[in-house]
Amino acid sequence: MSKSALAYLVSLILLVGAVVLGVTVGTVPISLAVIWNPASDEAAANILWNIRMPRVVLAGLVGAALAIAGAAFQGLLKNPLADPYTLGVSSGAAVGAVMTLFFGISIPFLGLFTLPVISMIGALVTMLAVMGFARLVDRSMKMETVILTGIIFSSFLGSIMSLMIALTGEELRQIIGWLLGSVSMRGWPYVQMALPFVLVGSFVLWLYRRELNAMLFGEERAQHLGVDVKRSKMAILIGGSVLTGSAVAVSGTIGFVGLVVPHMTRLVWGSDHRHVLPLSFINGAALLIVCDLVARTIISPTELPIGVITAFIGAPVFAFIFFRQRRGGL
Amino acid sequence: MLQIENLSGGYGDKKIVDRISFGVEKGRMLGILGPNGSGKSTLMKLISGVLEPTSGVVRIDGRPLGDFPAKELARKMAVLPQLHAHAFSHTVRETISLGRYPHQSGWFSSWSTEDEAAVQEAMKLMDISHYESTLLEEMSGGEQQRVFVAQALAQNAAVLLLDEPTNHLDINHQKELLDTIKKQAIEKDLTVISIFHDINLASMYCDELLLMNEGSIVRKGEPHEVVRTHDVESVYRTRVSNHPHPELPKPQITLLPGVRRQSAGQQVRAEDFLVTPEFVVYQSQLPLKTVSSAVVNAGSGWFRNFLNRRVEADYNIDNSFEEMVDYIEGSGLKATDTVAMMTAVRTEHAIVREYQADFGSLVVAVTAGVGNGVDVSQAMAREQRVGTINTWILVNGILSDEAFIQAMITATEAKTKALQHEEVIDPLTGTIATGTSTDSCLVAATQQGEALPYAGPITEVGKLIGTGVFECTVEAIRLYREAKKS
Repeated sequence: MSKSALAYLVSLILLVGAVVLGVTVGTVPISLAVIWNPASDEAAANILWNIRMPRVVLAGLVGAALAIAGAAFQGLLKNPLADPYTLGVSSGAAVGAVMTLFFGISIPFLGLFTLPVISMIGALVTMLAVMGFARLVDRSMKMETVILTGIIFSSFLGSIMSLMIALTGEELRQIIGWLLGSVSMRGWPYVQMALPFVLVGSFVLWLYRRELNAMLFGEERAQHLGVDVKRSKMAILIGGSVLTGSAVAVSGTIGFVGLVVPHMTRLVWGSDHRHVLPLSFINGAALLIVCDLVARTIISPTELPIGVITAFIGAPVFAFIFFRQRRGGL
Repeated sequence: MLQIENLSGGYGDKKIVDRISFGVEKGRMLGILGPNGSGKSTLMKLISGVLEPTSGVVRIDGRPLGDFPAKELARKMAVLPQLHAHAFSHTVRETISLGRYPHQSGWFSSWSTEDEAAVQEAMKLMDISHYESTLLEEMSGGEQQRVFVAQALAQNAAVLLLDEPTNHLDINHQKELLDTIKKQAIEKDLTVISIFHDINLASMYCDELLLMNEGSIVRKGEPHEVVRTHDVESVYRTRVSNHPHPELPKPQITLLPGVRRQSAGQQVRAEDFLVTPEFVVYQSQLPLKTVSSAVVNAGSGWFRNFLNRRVEADYNIDNSFEEMVDYIEGSGLKATDTVAMMTAVRTEHAIVREYQADFGSLVVAVTAGVGNGVDVSQAMAREQRVGTINTWILVNGILSDEAFIQAMITATEAKTKALQHEEVIDPLTGTIATGTSTDSCLVAATQQGEALPYAGPITEVGKLIGTGVFECTVEAIRLYREAKKS
């Protein structure tokens, strides 16, 4: 079996395992048999389909979106420390969400979805602003310019967020909870809201897998190899931003997944984007599902924010893989 | 194939390349030369389309560069930039496969057999097939360079732009790489434009050269038109000397250093010659520039030791070179620092004399035996025997190349005149001999003191050589004959 086939097999087994654990483990243990025989235990089937499954799927979508966007940004910026939040899009989404909570905004016919919708709009506006400004500064949009613009915008938006947090009173806990990230109590409508963005964004990135490979050798080299650098850069930035914005909008700013999953994927399976992108997608989904499982069970019945767990689980795993890779063996 | 018309460009407002025009024919190799900062790399970026020109146009097959979509351009033109570091690990195979990018299209385009063949061939050409799954970062700079050349070759483009392709390579790999590229250029009719730092490599491999300075073309043409001392000296601001390649009709350049160890003025003196029955030897403190027809280290070079060794008349000359080298090393001299000739004459009869003139002095040393005298105008098939007139002229002065040759001619004429004067007869024809069948001559100079651009009989040094060689040869023949009689 070729190395890449093995990679997909292992990753898919991990994902399926994570999903199975995600839907069966919890305060009420549910047997898998309920899936093909819902009549056997109506209550369990209800929990599985209406509470756990949407939660697992949403966690999976968010994890996948952040991981594939991280992989693409790391490749595009030629920097293994880049993550989906580097360009400031997440700060835009966060400001939108915090603003909703701070001002207690509720748009009538959106109801509960006011927050994710405003958050998504925040992400979109930020993305356009970052790109527009970067283009204004430097017509060729060198990556350094884009990164710097992203940093300028995220620190500015960050200060607005801090201002609102400083002035807030009773919403503080809610805001902090949202910022740390969570996928609980969202249900299928959130899944429906995130799904199209995640699919389209991921597909766009996947279309540019070969261009990403070429751009790892530098924009100039990529152009020599026949890559339409400007168009590819735009497409990857927009694709990644759409993914990041939608993920943050439905779940908050969950850290670590977008940085570490692509990194681990590269360490274990090599840095060819034709495989790094889909593998990051699968592994990101699996990691976040497991993290969410831990977040809601570890000190049950209290739920922890998922962002606390991602780093708590992810960092040791990352350390282990990093150590084995550098010291040989595995 | 490639036309560059009035091309200007640079970074921001700074114009680095200024109205450059030239063309390259299909299948030709053009080398771009120029000092650092002369605009070579900028010109390359303008030609490859990475940099927008401020004016002018680049045409491939008559079509302006701007009309090509990125992928189509990459199928026409492959570029090898200077080596850069990168953040992620790639295997050699992955890296070279990227060269096939412009040949792939569509969402799900898969790896074709043609792609595979091109990658395999590129790896074979650059001799890196065995590195296929090695990580780039684990390779040396030279190996990485070969990987990137293979990547460019895998592109299968008709035009190849190279920015210092021999960077980081040792001389063997420099040669291998340029041989490969040249071979590709010939076999596949590739058009190659390459930047070179090494003028000699460029001269050897390129059909045409282009010498740049301060963004403009100083000279363009075949290597012999461009690699000229004057242009190279003024553009690179350094002293060079120009000489032919030993095998190819291409000029080569040698750098002349600005700093030399200060040496005490050395003089060649007749009394420093050691004359024994076994040999005549002169050991100089500093190497002398020497031109000779000796047995060991003939031709031109710089040497400290000069040896004229006596051998028996029945000496086997078939492997004389190895035997002589052994002899030199055996007597404590370094064979690489010694010019050696041989004679069957008794070396204690050598004539060594010093001659003075206004310019300085020279020493003539002659051993002569004329039992083997030959009238060269009658010399057809003859038996080879050990040479018998060995003439050395050591000059305290600076001789030019032409002076060395004129000194040789003058010495030979003087020798012939001496044979005539002494009525040496060719025993076979009965006519007056002009020399013997295996004479050797050596001219050496300290290359210090007065400059002597010419050494024909019209010059002082030429007159001295003529007189000196004549006198010494006559004297040596007389001694030889006296010794024969007794």
